[in-house]
Amino acid sequence: MPLSTISQSQDEQYVLLAILDNARNLSNILKAITCKDHAIFTATANGLKVTVEDSKCMQANAFIQADVFQEFTLKEDLVVFQINLTVLLDCLNIFGGNTAAGVSTALRLCYRGYGHPLTLFLEEGGVVTVCKINTQEPEEPIDFEFSSSDVTNKVILQSESLKEAFSELDMTSEVLQITMSPSQPYFRLSTFGNSGNAHYDYPKDSDMMELFQCNKTQTNRYKMSLLKPSTKALAISCKVSVRTDSRGVLSLQYLVRNDDGQICFVEYFCCPDEEVEEE
Amino acid sequence: MQCVVTGGNVKVLGKAIHCLSRIGDELYVEPQEDGLALRSVNSSRSAYACFLFAPLFFSRYSIPKELSFRCKMAIKSVQTVFRSLATLEKSVEKCHISLDEQKDRLTFTLHCKHGLLKTHNLSYQDSESLEAVFDKDSCANVLRAQPRVLVDTVAHFPTSLEEVTVTVNDERMWVRNYVEDESERSKVMLTELCLAADEFDQFAIKAHNSITFCLKEFRGLLLFAESTGLPVSMYLDEPGSPVVLSVTDSVLEGNFVLATLSDDRSPPKSNRGADAEQPQPSDDFMNDDMDSYLIAMDTSIAPGPSTSDLPAPPVAASRKLPAPNNRSRRHSEEEEEEDGEEDLERPPDKKFRSLFFGSVLPSSPLMSTQPVTTQEVLASDSEDETEAE
Repeated sequence: MPLSTISQSQDEQYVLLAILDNARNLSNILKAITCKDHAIFTATANGLKVTVEDSKCMQANAFIQADVFQEFTLKEDLVVFQINLTVLLDCLNIFGGNTAAGVSTALRLCYRGYGHPLTLFLEEGGVVTVCKINTQEPEEPIDFEFSSSDVTNKVILQSESLKEAFSELDMTSEVLQITMSPSQPYFRLSTFGNSGNAHYDYPKDSDMMELFQCNKTQTNRYKMSLLKPSTKALAISCKVSVRTDSRGVLSLQYLVRNDDGQICFVEYFCCPDEEVEEE
Repeated sequence: MQCVVTGGNVKVLGKAIHCLSRIGDELYVEPQEDGLALRSVNSSRSAYACFLFAPLFFSRYSIPKELSFRCKMAIKSVQTVFRSLATLEKSVEKCHISLDEQKDRLTFTLHCKHGLLKTHNLSYQDSESLEAVFDKDSCANVLRAQPRVLVDTVAHFPTSLEEVTVTVNDERMWVRNYVEDESERSKVMLTELCLAADEFDQFAIKAHNSITFCLKEFRGLLLFAESTGLPVSMYLDEPGSPVVLSVTDSVLEGNFVLATLSDDRSPPKSNRGADAEQPQPSDDFMNDDMDSYLIAMDTSIAPGPSTSDLPAPPVAASRKLPAPNNRSRRHSEEEEEEDGEEDLERPPDKKFRSLFFGSVLPSSPLMSTQPVTTQEVLASDSEDETEAE
């Protein structure tokens, strides 16, 4: 491993050191949350959480557990920095993001602490590239105060069935309306576009529905422009959990299986657009 | 109106919609006694396509007896319903089309696997009936081939190619790329394919003609024919008269009518076929809304409102406009000469004769009663010159 030739003594200066045999395990999941340039990285002993926000109404989080990394060392309890995600993704794919079997880019991610750049050592086929990306003052991520004890409605679906709906969404519609109800129509996605409206109804006994826990009929609208980026996470996920709380805040949790069969999560929070009168 | 399509027919319907979307931006829907008619025409009115799905195509087909209904809608929105043909085949079990006149919505409901229900409530506009006047049976030459033969033939032409020239004699059919400018012939690649008569299921030639028409729409029909495995019939006549391409089986019929380039060198001839028996337009064809009776009209002769943007007349009951036979060929020839220099800059379809449309008129007594005098000239060789400037 050429990466291991890098002096071990240097490692001691780093507050965060993460080693990954296949950089794609990180880049794929980061791609799923890129809707804005800047991302907040929060590292704890559990792993890495990457947060992207849009319009103070939407937040996307990617969770990469510590055991996804071959090595994950943290000198402090909490390490937080902000970075340009687009640049980071470009660096992670600096070898072209080859998807051919047996070829993978090894990654060593190092951070010395506040004020220092994030350093990436990328190695593929004996070639090592060193990238230094300046870090930024981290912003305070929004707390959506979404508590699992306040969840009104929850469904878990196999992503397959939602992919179809999301790929066909009428993008002339400004909003995506989600109805969850203990009675008909159970789980409904609606759009209201130039040429009319469309509804996608999922019955609660569908094979695609893994869990259906709806206590109260709720209809909320979410900005299409805020939800559309979540399609990227949907595309790589195998299951999705859709939850709303009593305020109508939407939580979408995607279970993503990476190349090595490990599980990562992507979570989206989105504020409802406006109150909708029941028809 | 209630139509239910099941199984593989959903895909056929979807294919037909995709095929029509290659022609124009609007889909004209008309439930008729003899089936559901879906039509489209391009903006220069040089290409028209119609699919008629017989009642037997549907597992249920019921239309209002009394009330005749027809509408047009953005074809894009209907395409959304049938967006992915692959999933249509895989997951859609049943498609239900119904009309909600209270809400003015045409509803497409797709019943998919796993109980997923997709409902599209699409808005529509009332519209006049759209019908091109053509008569396949009067065409001198009839060819019928398996779709594969024609697909393999057009596959040799680049997608950028606008038009092809088809020439027939007693033994063969030639297809070559059409080069607009004779002086460019030496610069461009010329492709020519020759198909012997025995490649065809039917090869009935009465006149040795050579016609030029747009390839894009032809490809569209071939896609449909190939996926349904239906043989394609070509009805072609002299240059300038439309070529008709059709696919037929027991439950559906598709006709594409494409304008062909007129041959300026040939002497003006009297028109033939359908156009020959021309009933006089009767007095009740009148209306201040040009769009309702002239779908293809020559605005250089009768400057009028643009044909596409006008609201459709509110009243739908009507009758068909007979085919005009006055193509004012002399007039168009002069026009062509005058505008010779401009030809290069114009889009290619400008030189096509627009198709002649029979149309349906509101017969409301509220309509203006002044006789229409420009009735006879429904089309010319090119689009409106004044509009182009």
